[in-house]
Amino acid sequence: MKGITTFIISDILKNRIVLLYTLVLCGFSWSIFSLEDNVSKGILSMLNIILLIVPLVSVIFANIYMYNSTEFIELLVSQPVKRSSIWNSLFIGLAVALNAAFIIGIGIPIMIFIAPKTALVVILAGILLTTVFVSIAMLCFILMRDKAKGIGLSIMLWLFLSLMYDGLVLFFMFQYADYPIEKIMVILSALNPVDLARIQVLLQIDVAALMGYTGAIFKKLFGTPVGYMTSLLLMMFWILIPYLLSLRLFKKKDL
Amino acid sequence: MIEIINLYNTFGKTTALKDVSLYLPAGSCIGLIGPNACGKTTLIKNILSMVVPTKGEILFEGKNIKGDVLYKNNIGYMPQIGRYPENMTVSQVIKMIKNIRKYKGTEDKELYDAFGMEKIAEKKMRTLSGGTTQKVSATLAFLFNPTVLILDEPTAGLDPISSEILREKIIKEREKGKLILITSHLLSELDDLLTNIIFMEESVVVFNKSIKTLFEETGEKRVSKAIHTLLKSGAAS
Repeated sequence: MKGITTFIISDILKNRIVLLYTLVLCGFSWSIFSLEDNVSKGILSMLNIILLIVPLVSVIFANIYMYNSTEFIELLVSQPVKRSSIWNSLFIGLAVALNAAFIIGIGIPIMIFIAPKTALVVILAGILLTTVFVSIAMLCFILMRDKAKGIGLSIMLWLFLSLMYDGLVLFFMFQYADYPIEKIMVILSALNPVDLARIQVLLQIDVAALMGYTGAIFKKLFGTPVGYMTSLLLMMFWILIPYLLSLRLFKKKDL
Repeated sequence: MIEIINLYNTFGKTTALKDVSLYLPAGSCIGLIGPNACGKTTLIKNILSMVVPTKGEILFEGKNIKGDVLYKNNIGYMPQIGRYPENMTVSQVIKMIKNIRKYKGTEDKELYDAFGMEKIAEKKMRTLSGGTTQKVSATLAFLFNPTVLILDEPTAGLDPISSEILREKIIKEREKGKLILITSHLLSELDDLLTNIIFMEESVVVFNKSIKTLFEETGEKRVSKAIHTLLKSGAAS
């Protein structure tokens, strides 16, 4: 399994797209922090990249890589290797390579420019999001034999989690604005990995105060050590559930 | 060596294998023949657990292969259409498979040399022609001295000289007492290779006979003619 994982990591790192991704992230973060004096504003700009671009690139790259590895997977299955170790290697390989790009591109500049505690939360959010979307990409791959359908499904899921979900929650909030729905709002937000990452990062900067009562509730619930742990745990679920589901399907897949 | 017991395989509505039971002993060279889409490749993929049986079981040296992968260390498999990672070179593919199999013994480099793999070792898999890819598949199947060889349409796409090299190699390995399972449409090629013939049609095994009894029953001396005679007379069904 170790051999396969190292092979996959080196194969991905040799890929120019990942290098380009690293450079683009690097360009974004260095320019944002050099142009912006206000660190909070800088983090807000970074947040858009971390919440939109990082998941999008992760999910599409991982998905296409999986489809391109069909032959490789077929070759490995005919050899004495457990199916679970093939799947684990692919997951670890993709997650490590994409996270390395994220850490080099965004992690290092953030560590240099902002306070360690905030930096840690932002980096952790990015790493977890990257991993969540790799896991989702693998599930899409196993669900769809057709490449176009698989990539379509992964983009749809990204669109839903990154943009549409918030729209729906907002719609719901306006519809029931007269009722005490803060708790439901918290639960709804906690169910989406992108929202979880957003809330955790926003709580690190002072804008939480701007969000009114809901913001206060968020701070009360997510800003405590228990809140951090719960967020982390929920993110872990978002990594593990799609991954384990795809692993189960892969074990039974006919090649 | 390999025992297949009441194997069923269905994909959605189509049935690929229906109640297949076979015993494949060591030291035999078995020809698996039959029309297109009769389930030959599915049967082979079941043995390699690339396809999971719907029902029934497969025993390798008496042990159920379900959930086991180590038995594949004893199998050399040459697929019908070899599909390899496009960006890897020939030598990288060979090295990687060697790594995966954790093979420590001496490599059987006969085919490697006979096919002139040295010359194409640094070429990417993507750039190879269909026939050359088949040569890589064949080399890989024989390289690690497996006790079982499964060759799916081994000569399809190979030029006559390479086919002959492969044929001689197969005979040589048969003499060593290995189990060899070959599927092929070119019956004329199989004449002095085989010891047994399994004929499949529409997902079931029609007959499983040794070449000797086949020739005796039909009075023919060539595999292709013998099968024709047998099928015509209806003795098979």
